[in-house]
Amino acid sequence: MDSIYIHIILLALIIISSIFAVSYARVIRGAIILGIVSMLVSISLFLLSCPLAGIFELSVCSGLITVIFISVISLTLPPDEKQRKVNSVSMMKKMVLLVLLVLVCGFSLYMLDSKNITFVPLMQNVQESIDTRDNIWNLRHVDLIGQALILLTGLFAVVVLFKKDKNKDKK
Amino acid sequence: MSVENILLFKLYIIATPVLFLVGIYAIMTTRNIIATIIGIEIMTKGVTLLLASCGYFNGRPEMAQSFIIIMIVVEVVILTISAGLIFNIVKKHDSLDTRNIRNLKG
Repeated sequence: MDSIYIHIILLALIIISSIFAVSYARVIRGAIILGIVSMLVSISLFLLSCPLAGIFELSVCSGLITVIFISVISLTLPPDEKQRKVNSVSMMKKMVLLVLLVLVCGFSLYMLDSKNITFVPLMQNVQESIDTRDNIWNLRHVDLIGQALILLTGLFAVVVLFKKDKNKDKK
Repeated sequence: MSVENILLFKLYIIATPVLFLVGIYAIMTTRNIIATIIGIEIMTKGVTLLLASCGYFNGRPEMAQSFIIIMIVVEVVILTISAGLIFNIVKKHDSLDTRNIRNLKG
C-alpha cells in the first residue's frame, strides 16, 4: 500500500489540470493539458495495480489522442478574435451553471457520505486471481467481438467521412 | 478493508464524480466542437479512475483492467469519428461553432 498522500496529490493535480484544460479559450492548450491529465491518470492506474491499463492510457490517451487533437486543430482554421467572442457563452450563464454543478456535487457527496460506503460489492461468477489476458480472451470474449465491431464502425466512418466528393471535382 | 483503505476509497469516490462534472461543465459552457470533445474525454477519465479504484479495493484489478482497455478503444474510435465530423463541419460551415449543426436537414 502506497502512501495515501501520493493518491491525494495525484487526484488534486488531475482535477486542477482538467479544470485548466476546459477553461482555456485556445483549444490547443486544452488539448496539451488533456495529455498531461492522461499521464497523471496513468500514474494513478499504476498505483491502483492496473499496469496494463496504465500503459494503454499512457500510450493511447496521452500520445495518440493528443496527436489526433493537435492535427485536427492545425487542419482547421483558428477562430479570429471576433468569432471567439461570439462563440463564448456569457460569463453570467457560466457562473450560474458552475454554482448549480457545485450544489449537485455537494448534495451527491453528502448523500454518499451518509450511506457510509466501506466496500465494493464483489461480482458474481468471477474466478479468483485470473490473469488480465485470460480474462479478456476467455472470460470476456463477447466484449472482444463488440470491440472489433466498434473498430470496424470507426474504420467505416473514417472512410465515409474522408471520402472525396467526386461530383465536386468534376465541376 | 483497513481504515486507510476506506479513506482512500472514499477519496476516489469523491474525486471521480468531480472529474465527470468538470467534463459536463465544459460541454455545457462551450460552443466550440473541439472543446466539447475535450469535455467528453475528461468525463471518460473520471470513469476510468472509478473503474480502476473499484477493481483495486475489490481485490480484482484484472477485471477492472479489461474494462478500462475496452473503454480506451471505444474512446479512440469516438475521437477518430468526431475528427472526421469536425473536418466536414469546418469544410461546410467554415467555423467550429456548434450552433451551425443544430438544425437537422433532410
